[in-house]
Amino acid sequence: MDALLLHRIHFAFTITFHYLFPQLTMGLALLIVALKTIAIRRKDERYNEAARFWARIFAINFLIGVVTGIPMEFQFGTNWSQFARTTGGVIGQPLAMEGVFSFFLESAFLGLFLFGEKRLSPWKHWACAFLVFVGSWISGFFIIVTNAWMQHPVAYRILPNGAFEVTSFWALLTNPWALLQYAHNMSGAVITGAFVMCSVGAFYVLENRFAEHGKIFLRVGVIAGVIACVTQIFPTGDLHGRYLAKHQPAAVAGMEGLFSSKAGAPIVLIGQPNEERQTIDNPIVVNDVLSFLIYGTTKSEVQGLDAFPRDQWPAPLPLLFYSYHIMAGLGTYFVLLMVIAAFLLWRGKLFRTSWVLWPLLLSLPLPYIANTAGWMTAEIGRQPWVVYGLIRTSEGYSKYVSTGNSLFTLLGFMGIYTVLSILFVVLVYRIIDTGPASEVASAPKVVAPTVT
Amino acid sequence: MGFIWFWIVAIMLVAYVVLDGFDLGVGILHLFLARSERERQITLRSIGPVWDGNEVWLLAGGGTLYFAFPLAYASAFSGFYLALMIVLWLLILRGISVELRMHVNVGVWKSFFDGLFVFSSALLTVFFGAALANVIRGVPLQADGYFFVPLWTNWRAGAQPGILDWYTVIGGVVALVALAVHGALYLAVKTEAGLQERARSVAKRLWMLLLVLTVVSLPATMIVRADTLANYRAYPICFLVPVVVLLALLGMIHFCRKGDDRKAFACSCAYLTVMLAGAAIGLYPRLLPSTTGSQYDITIEKSLSGPHTLHVGLVWWACGMCLAFTYFFIVYRMFRGKVSLESGGYGH
Repeated sequence: MDALLLHRIHFAFTITFHYLFPQLTMGLALLIVALKTIAIRRKDERYNEAARFWARIFAINFLIGVVTGIPMEFQFGTNWSQFARTTGGVIGQPLAMEGVFSFFLESAFLGLFLFGEKRLSPWKHWACAFLVFVGSWISGFFIIVTNAWMQHPVAYRILPNGAFEVTSFWALLTNPWALLQYAHNMSGAVITGAFVMCSVGAFYVLENRFAEHGKIFLRVGVIAGVIACVTQIFPTGDLHGRYLAKHQPAAVAGMEGLFSSKAGAPIVLIGQPNEERQTIDNPIVVNDVLSFLIYGTTKSEVQGLDAFPRDQWPAPLPLLFYSYHIMAGLGTYFVLLMVIAAFLLWRGKLFRTSWVLWPLLLSLPLPYIANTAGWMTAEIGRQPWVVYGLIRTSEGYSKYVSTGNSLFTLLGFMGIYTVLSILFVVLVYRIIDTGPASEVASAPKVVAPTVT
Repeated sequence: MGFIWFWIVAIMLVAYVVLDGFDLGVGILHLFLARSERERQITLRSIGPVWDGNEVWLLAGGGTLYFAFPLAYASAFSGFYLALMIVLWLLILRGISVELRMHVNVGVWKSFFDGLFVFSSALLTVFFGAALANVIRGVPLQADGYFFVPLWTNWRAGAQPGILDWYTVIGGVVALVALAVHGALYLAVKTEAGLQERARSVAKRLWMLLLVLTVVSLPATMIVRADTLANYRAYPICFLVPVVVLLALLGMIHFCRKGDDRKAFACSCAYLTVMLAGAAIGLYPRLLPSTTGSQYDITIEKSLSGPHTLHVGLVWWACGMCLAFTYFFIVYRMFRGKVSLESGGYGH
């Protein structure tokens, strides 16, 4: 088995599974703060119950995020030691800062938030929720800074021993790529949070159980969702795309399936890239649109894959093409659904309109797919480089870790993560089934019977 | 600069061992000390709000090692590949066993997670002890700065050792007993009545074993690495380390017999701190010694990051630590005193 491919799958599998959880953590943290704010300002206990309900789901989600996140930091060293050795002076910095500035904050105040409601005043408890939110968003920022340097290396020099060093700390943190990617990624996380909240709300309303709470979830979820879904495409997606076209033109050509450079480049809505014949099979295209999206005029020339040597094409190319199209397609659907839902909410008809409640219920997995596809677009688009233009992925992995060993641990992770997935689904379903009723009513289920 | 960062990484790892050490210890003893469902809930509640924060020291320490000494990080993590992966799996299992136990009110479910909690805590502790022993003993480094060691070879601490050999197994057992005592003393501080009595008596019984193991580990280290004492001979003040270790051990048993649990726990913290400091002094200025010849040692000088990185790092690290201490102060203050099951939480 090919060592490079195995190490790539190892990282891809563990990071993809991991990121299913932080995206909900970051999105939900914001929504819980919103629920608690409304609860205090309107003195409405139902919003507090809603916040407690989501805190229970948040706790399990956060836990799985934490335990699957620890392997990520270690894998730079275990599976990508040559990459870690040369770039530690640069990207080790944001990774260490994530631990120092975010994880301490998150873990401390999550403990207080979950265990301390009775000991704290409402505003202090609100502050704990807020600090958990801040911690999780700081964490996201440092990870994006790390990734952004790999996508678009800035402010570095090469030391005599071949290692990289930062020349300006601020330039590293304010890498334009990082700022664009952060905005795009965080609104993606809010989309996940909003869709999950809407889905549970739609479930309660359609089922006519806990319908009052279900309506709260829908109201908060749809308002957050419509803002985030629009932001996801414009301005964040649009700006990120233009920046990408400027700095990683080969990635854009691969994403769009543009094999040859042309003026008035078309956009491929659906099709299957055929690498051998360098065409798109069964294409549905709209002419001139790609040129317009990137340069703002329909006449500009867009570089196709033929402008780059074959050994600099992103690989695997078809997967890049599909990831991008799944992300963009779902993103468009999200805007459509959320705008309709928001309109009906405004007209006061949403809770009776089952043809919108059903899609809201069933769309639960879609933002996860869209966020994952977005990250696959970014990461496959960066190939064949691990640090764009500087270090090839094939030069980064641990040479002394045999394929037998890396396959062993990959299988181990697959096994453990299967168990985690089952536990997560079962436990979250139980929480949803128990419902957000007042704490007294639900006490026998969540507190052990020996407590009197 | 190298000196400062060596000790910064060391301090963070010491903080990890002292803090996560007590919740690992609670985990090791969980089934042996807590007899009833109520007591099991109490032992878990005693670490519930803090274990995750304690574990962050490992991540923050690892991240700091990564950016200050990339070569040491890359070489050690890929070389100890299998052991590290097993540690990661155990950390996952331990995390879920603490948090998911209370979610389903079914006896079999709870018993399973109790067992998993003990298993993962004990095995993790053994691996951490063995890991430290590996770093002290050294690894078969090659000219390019890398190595790869299997889990075990012939159990001898020769030039081509495994991760587990007679010496590192001793290290693992020392860690297991030391953290079990540490956890028992913590439980004595946090609990009352029968549970507290049992915690004290376990601490007293294990203390004898810890004393013997501590004394054994010293000559064992001399056999494996004769040059460990070089720094001690150069700076005789370092010989205070074994003295303080002994005093801390005596303090532990003294205060435990008197029923002054807080002071006994403080002595245990001091014991762990000074033991680790002693190891770090023996190691300095190496980060990872070689068994194949000292020219291959990974030293501070060989693996230190560039100067700008480290200067900026000092600034944010100092700020970050102030914040972290503030959080820890708030959390531990908030949950000070004996554990009570009636104080709420979200079914956690």
